[in-house]
Amino acid sequence: MEFFRIKRDIPFMRHALVFNVISFVTFLLAVFFLATRGLHFSIEFTGGTVMEVAYPQAPDLEKVRTTVGGLGFTDTQVQNFGTSRDVLIRLPLRKGETSARQSEQVLEALRADDAKVELRRVEFVGPQVGSELATDGAMALLFVVIGIMIYLAVRFEWKFAVAAIVANLHDVIIILGFFAFFQWEFSLSVLAAVLAVLGYSVNESVVIFDRVREKFRERAARAMTAPQVLDHAITSTISRTIITHGSTQMMVGSMLLFGGPTLHYFALALTIGILFGIYSSVFVAAAIAMWLGVKREDLVKPVKKKDDEQPELP
Amino acid sequence: MNRYPLWKNLIVAIVLAFGLLYTLPNFFGEAPAVQVSSGKATIKVDASMMGRVESTLQKAGLQPSGVFFDGNSVKARFRDTDTQLKAKDALSRELNPDANEPVYVVALNLLSDSPQWLTSLRALPMYLGLDLRGGVHFLLQVDLKQALTKRLDSTGGDVRSLLRDKNVRHAGITRSAETVEVRFREAETRDRARGLIADQLPALAIAEAAEGTDLKLVLTLKPETQKEVLDTALKQNITTLHNRVNELGVAEPVIQQQGADRIVVQLPGVQDTAKAKDILGRTATLEARLVDGSLEAQNAIVGSGPVPFGSELFKVGRGAPVVLRKQVIFSGEQLTGAQATFDENQRAAVGIQLNDAAGRVLREVSRENLKKPMAVVLFERGKGEVLTVATIQAELGSRFQITGMDNPQAANDLALLLRAGALAAPMEIIEERTIGPSLGADNISKGFNSTLYGFIAIAVFMVLYYVLFGVFSTIALAANVLLLIALLSLLQATLTLPGIAAIALTLGMAIDANVLINERIREELRNGVSPQMAISEGYARAWATILDSNVTTLIAGLALLVFGSGAVRGFAIVHCLGILTSIFSSVVVSRALVNFWYGRQKKVSKLAIGQIWKAATP
Repeated sequence: MEFFRIKRDIPFMRHALVFNVISFVTFLLAVFFLATRGLHFSIEFTGGTVMEVAYPQAPDLEKVRTTVGGLGFTDTQVQNFGTSRDVLIRLPLRKGETSARQSEQVLEALRADDAKVELRRVEFVGPQVGSELATDGAMALLFVVIGIMIYLAVRFEWKFAVAAIVANLHDVIIILGFFAFFQWEFSLSVLAAVLAVLGYSVNESVVIFDRVREKFRERAARAMTAPQVLDHAITSTISRTIITHGSTQMMVGSMLLFGGPTLHYFALALTIGILFGIYSSVFVAAAIAMWLGVKREDLVKPVKKKDDEQPELP
Repeated sequence: MNRYPLWKNLIVAIVLAFGLLYTLPNFFGEAPAVQVSSGKATIKVDASMMGRVESTLQKAGLQPSGVFFDGNSVKARFRDTDTQLKAKDALSRELNPDANEPVYVVALNLLSDSPQWLTSLRALPMYLGLDLRGGVHFLLQVDLKQALTKRLDSTGGDVRSLLRDKNVRHAGITRSAETVEVRFREAETRDRARGLIADQLPALAIAEAAEGTDLKLVLTLKPETQKEVLDTALKQNITTLHNRVNELGVAEPVIQQQGADRIVVQLPGVQDTAKAKDILGRTATLEARLVDGSLEAQNAIVGSGPVPFGSELFKVGRGAPVVLRKQVIFSGEQLTGAQATFDENQRAAVGIQLNDAAGRVLREVSRENLKKPMAVVLFERGKGEVLTVATIQAELGSRFQITGMDNPQAANDLALLLRAGALAAPMEIIEERTIGPSLGADNISKGFNSTLYGFIAIAVFMVLYYVLFGVFSTIALAANVLLLIALLSLLQATLTLPGIAAIALTLGMAIDANVLINERIREELRNGVSPQMAISEGYARAWATILDSNVTTLIAGLALLVFGSGAVRGFAIVHCLGILTSIFSSVVVSRALVNFWYGRQKKVSKLAIGQIWKAATP
């Protein structure tokens, strides 16, 4: 079986401008939704209490809402979680109240309505923990961006590093844009997924840049221009790109289908990241590298010596 | 060219054997067990408990499938939960004759069902996090400022009594947020006081200052003292929490310091959070009282008369039964420190420090009651336990010793109990997580299923697309799972649901390396290279790319590990380990398989790597 029967290099770079405009527009849209709607942060970041309760039969959500509201909580959320029998209740932080009593109060009130209600999970996060998590998350993102840029700059050249990181940060913004648009819950595990995607989709650019470098070094390819080399690199790796991402997506899709509600948004963030990762690291990164003006000399000269020692055989 | 030297094959074989060995315990599952551990700081469980447990079970006609002693507790394993419950009842009845006063914690637990020889190799099943097995998690913030305040309070008192004892006249001692200030009228007295304080109270840093006509000494705690105060406060809080958790009968509680001023408490299997919170937040009290030595009291002890008015009979503890006056000399809040030490005759003793107010009261009481016994009682859940009864040998102050301990260990235990009575600094729950057992089981099956189905989908696709090389890739991927689980079991890293997600994701990403290799081999073949050469070139050329791409993924993984906490950390550990194992399995293991298959053949005319499509020559 062979999916990709490509006769000659596809002239991707001829349409570079189109690709860049598309990604710029999606990027702007994502920023727009992030700015206007904002992310729907989970209580891990905002602080508060989440309770998951299970009923033997699907309960009347309105009734649960009135019961919880009757306790004097304002701004609570009551919704189904996974199945119609599982209910998720979100309580905001209340000043001056010992945090953990809240969940007991609510459970008592719910028990009064229906004795069969079962407490599945309680999570309480104090305000100080929440703000710490937000800072740590931002630090992690910064660390990843700087780490990857340094690595790529050392391994390739600064133009590639900039191109790859711009392409992939735009992925991150687009994932966040989705979460803002649909108001999906942004939790710690989603953050983990976003960062994992960042590390993962940079791979894509790395694979293409590896090819670019290899082609630049080939004597036979001396006559090729930079856009031609980029086209060749993308064309010859496109089969691998699609298959790899397809395989990873099979795993992620399996999580989306069978992983239950806890893994739902994690898998969703990965799915968006993988789909846009292909697009951005292939088309956007290569195009940016071209705009930045990669030349044969950038890659060939400094690494000439290294080239003599063959990469270690596995 | 496609042959591995013997040592390389050996390494692959050894690594895989190691992976299999340490993954094995996870397949045996867990058996119900009963765990006996000490419920009191004064009692230690030792190997002799094993015999006691065995004989008790024998008497009750219950057959354990194994009894183990692990240094702190004795665990008995059973075949079914029915026997387990019966055994728990029998053991509680035997070990704790008074159900209201449990001496041992008899708790239900799960024990790995893997054979003894595996356990002795330290091959244990993966350690499951609370979200997978159910339980309660608390993060407590300790208000350490309060501990420093307490210490400074007592410092003020110490300085006052020191200056009074040595007849140094001062014009007032004031206490501000972080300092104690002593005022003087004359420079000479100040210098004398300075010398005295430096000599007698080495924990203080002294600075001179002037305010109007007054001369001042500004006293602060030295940084090393502050650190010591904070460390002790945190340790004391942890000890107190341990004692309280013991009451809950939890099999494997985790109580650990996290960061500078936080304590994590994890209680697997506990469902009653209300009770857990209640017990963790409770304040125990410690009281020192005089012993009632009257004749009526003696009669009350033997049971031939009523307890005298204004006194109370205590039946539990060291030196009990004993009748104590109801009047309290000092209580736990006034106790600022207790450590094991030695008296002037080099016998074990416990040194006790009280704050100034309590010191003054004790001085008076002890002067009037020389040579009479005094007792210290710990009150918990409204019941008192006598910790010690000692005779007052001299006039006591805010610092005194309880001497005549049997050995340093006994002194240590008493000091711990005295300290454990109260929390050194108040605590607040800043994070709470409760996971019901059904949710935990759900999470395991969901995580496991999504990994399994994802793996199957990838395997089917790889075999269809790359034929024999797909089989090799799949085997390599399976080796990756094996090694990852072995590593997780060996390190006993906590596996959480995000951790399982990381296993799945890592597998999905690991296949990338094999796709790269297989595509490269196809490409070489397309360019007309001979099959053997194509394998060798394919692996060699893909290697640099694989390395690059794994390094970038690893950078992201490390960032998560360094900055992440909770769910993110659980994800990051597995993710990073998975990247490392995947490099080995997808490159070395798959190559070993390819070499084994093709390397031995003299002439290979065709590789089973699926159809290779070539563009028709123009």
